[in-house]
Amino acid sequence: MNWNDVLGLFNYWMVIILMMMGLYIVVSRGNLVKKIVGLNIFQTSVFLLYISMGKVSGGTAPILTGKPEVFSNPLPHVLILTAIVVGIATTALGLALVVRIKQSYDTIEEDEIQKADEEMEFGKPSGDSKP
Amino acid sequence: MISAHLPILQIVVPLLAAPISVFFRRAAIVWYLTLIVSIITLAISITLLAQTLDQGVISYALGNWAAPFGIEYRIDAVNAFVLVIISAIGTIVLPYARVSVANEIEPHNQSLFYTCYLLCFTGLLGMVITGDAFNIFVFLEISSLSTYVLVALGAKQDRRALTASYNYLVMGTIGATFFVIGVGLLYMMTGTLNMADLAQKIPAIGSNRTVVVAFAFIVTGLGLKLAMFPLHLWLPNAYAYAPSAVTVFLAATATKAAAYLLLRFLFTVFGADFPILGPTLTYLLMPLAIIAMFAASTVAIFQVDIKRMLAYSSLGQLGYMVLGISFASVAGLTATIIHLFNHALMKGALFMALGAIVLRLGTASIDSMRGLGRQMPWTMAAFVVGGLSLIGVPLTVGFISKWYLIVAALEAGYWPIAVAIVASSLLAVIYIWRVVEAAYFEEAPEGSNVEEAPLSMLIPTWTLIGANVYFGIDASLTTSVAGQAARILLKVGS
Amino acid sequence: MLFLGLTAFAILRLRALFAVVMLSSVYSLVSAALLVHLDAVDVAFTEAAVGAGISTVLMLATLALTTRHEKEPTHTSLLPLVVVFLTGIALVYGTLDMPRFGDPSAPIHHHVAPKYINDTGSEIGMPNIVTAILASYRGFDTLGEVTVIFTAGIGVLLLIGAFIREPDGNTIQTMEHHLVLRLVTKLLIGPILLFALYVQFHGDYGPGGGFQAGVIFAAAFIIYALVFGLETARRVVPGRVIRIMLAAGVLLYGGVGVISLFFGQNYLNYSVLGSTAVAGQHLGILLVEFGVGMTVAAVMVSTYYVFSGQIPPISDEEW
Repeated sequence: MNWNDVLGLFNYWMVIILMMMGLYIVVSRGNLVKKIVGLNIFQTSVFLLYISMGKVSGGTAPILTGKPEVFSNPLPHVLILTAIVVGIATTALGLALVVRIKQSYDTIEEDEIQKADEEMEFGKPSGDSKP
Repeated sequence: MISAHLPILQIVVPLLAAPISVFFRRAAIVWYLTLIVSIITLAISITLLAQTLDQGVISYALGNWAAPFGIEYRIDAVNAFVLVIISAIGTIVLPYARVSVANEIEPHNQSLFYTCYLLCFTGLLGMVITGDAFNIFVFLEISSLSTYVLVALGAKQDRRALTASYNYLVMGTIGATFFVIGVGLLYMMTGTLNMADLAQKIPAIGSNRTVVVAFAFIVTGLGLKLAMFPLHLWLPNAYAYAPSAVTVFLAATATKAAAYLLLRFLFTVFGADFPILGPTLTYLLMPLAIIAMFAASTVAIFQVDIKRMLAYSSLGQLGYMVLGISFASVAGLTATIIHLFNHALMKGALFMALGAIVLRLGTASIDSMRGLGRQMPWTMAAFVVGGLSLIGVPLTVGFISKWYLIVAALEAGYWPIAVAIVASSLLAVIYIWRVVEAAYFEEAPEGSNVEEAPLSMLIPTWTLIGANVYFGIDASLTTSVAGQAARILLKVGS
Repeated sequence: MLFLGLTAFAILRLRALFAVVMLSSVYSLVSAALLVHLDAVDVAFTEAAVGAGISTVLMLATLALTTRHEKEPTHTSLLPLVVVFLTGIALVYGTLDMPRFGDPSAPIHHHVAPKYINDTGSEIGMPNIVTAILASYRGFDTLGEVTVIFTAGIGVLLLIGAFIREPDGNTIQTMEHHLVLRLVTKLLIGPILLFALYVQFHGDYGPGGGFQAGVIFAAAFIIYALVFGLETARRVVPGRVIRIMLAAGVLLYGGVGVISLFFGQNYLNYSVLGSTAVAGQHLGILLVEFGVGMTVAAVMVSTYYVFSGQIPPISDEEW
């Protein structure tokens, strides 16, 4: 591992740190909306990882111009476009669920929801609990 | 001419049925459409299985772009078998679902429910049939997203369905993202996304830390979807609070598809010779499987809600499947693959019986089931036979699975594990007995007058029970297919 | 990259959710800029439109329907920290054998990628290689992607209720009385729609394509609905139309593939659609991209309708 290696890998390490911050937000915070924001950050950082993999030094965007050129790899771009769509789809559904949970429980903090559920469970058998 | 395109029709038929169903508002029409589509899908999957058993690997290049430049569908005995499982369950749930859904879901949501069902169906089939790693991710997400919605629709009965769905969404997305990270790392080191191509290129790379980390991420991501201990936290709540028909469908199909993917990645893509594979199986998967088998069954005993009880029981059964994988032998993999089929039959039937109880009683708690043996004789009888199958009594499919698993354990020299398999089955006796005791040996509450379940629910339930017994007595078909599949995975000759 | 890190850290610590959402929008925008620097122009375009645009709109709508503050964390989060740390270490460990950043001799740049770069001109005949791969070589993945967004659209409809029912009069107050907003919106909507069409059809030659176009198209309607009220927007584009567009896009895409089957070729082989293979590819890609755009626009608009249909009227004073 010499200095060149470190420089070459530095980009990936930064992205990994970003990914971990996103993941940390998801698992450690109890607010449901914030969890989704964390999930978004996690996913966006994964996108950056993929795209960084595809970059070629001295290359340019993969659009043919008629002149011979060095291009960066187009395949990661395609994969990430799809992944972005999947991400927004997940976010939309997640947020819809948060809205419903708020309507049902009147809170979007995980621990308060858990408490509400436990109070309900140790009282009557599950199966017919109306808010 | 059609037969050449069966692989893609397997997916396109349910896929296009979903948007078509949006044009119809009446739930009854959409239900018919879904039923017809699933019957067609089932026919296609059975044909594909027959074809691949006969001819070997079927390959279909989408867009006529040859792999690995285009996406390839690649069918062999392993995934053809899983396709049949998924489409069979998908079809048989529908007659059952008609009444169950009408009871448990708001009227204005019912037609879109079936649209979502079709999407989930498509996603599961698409995950299994494809030979391209990123394509797996796309269809995995189709099935996952529709599952989150389907589970959440149980909120009319119990609002905890919403939190169950949310937690499943968060965990499932993390799992899928881990999977994508793993695939990305593999792509980075090999330059290809096609699984057969990856299988060739990975050994050539030799010992490489990136590939090892890719392996770890893929196994973890799939493990989350598979509800492998300790990544199982989403499953009990999701199964317990989802609408009954959804629980039947999911319990019998979703984890099977994830198990198939694990098999495929472990043995086909990475291969049994991959340096870290052996140790992972023996020192990680095997202990986790055994913990799952015991812990889950123990927790199941203490459940008040029978849906949750069966959910924990499913976790234990998944432990058996992972155990079979960890032996990495023909016997072990045969046991796992057979159990994919058998467990679908068992849990499908059990959850169906339970759904009928929910329909009549409005709840699935064990207290309310007192004296039910007399009032709903057919339903409870189905539950009893399903329970016997779960325990592994001879003449049921459960016995076949356990038998192969024990044989695999003994072959590998792990006789303590064989004992453990038997011991955990005894735990199942306890929780099944609790239900039997309540239903048959206690008096029904005063003044309760419960009807038997409607025929539209009883017939599918007993069809699955009949299959349980039939394939338990004559398992030659399933064992031969599973055996062939196991050999293909381990790349040994027949 | 450092800026991204700072933003992420701020999001972690802040408890005012409105600020969190804004920062997440900033995060997406900065990522998009970074992506341009990494030569991923299509991706940057999409990330900006989706992450900084739609995502933010939906999160703000959610905030309006829920709370604006996060609770104080009551317990220390040691286990998550450990898990995340271990995962991070594992990833860093994995990078040690990776090809270095930008290295043109990395395996990823051989094998499959050169074929795309070399053959797109002759086989598909369009300059934007990313669109060529997206819509043709790996077109089936994109069909899956359209299905994913379709699923989300259906899911939101199921979860928050079919908006096809008539609103009961409780909708967010319009901003019509703000002269500047009204005027600017009217001026902007036309160009936005035109731009959406441009992006849709020019996606073969430059960055763009169905997905980005759909999002921009939806943005125009969302602005209109924000300023002139949901009722008015619904009169212009009623729920029924949206629902039909939702399904029609997927059917268009899938249908093109089915047509290939009728010609005896494999699914989604566009060559049969025209007199020459390249003409067929052009037509096929045009059609499927349009299908993508239609469904995406419909999903975005319907999701917005559904979310904002739930928001109770908020007067100017309460802000």
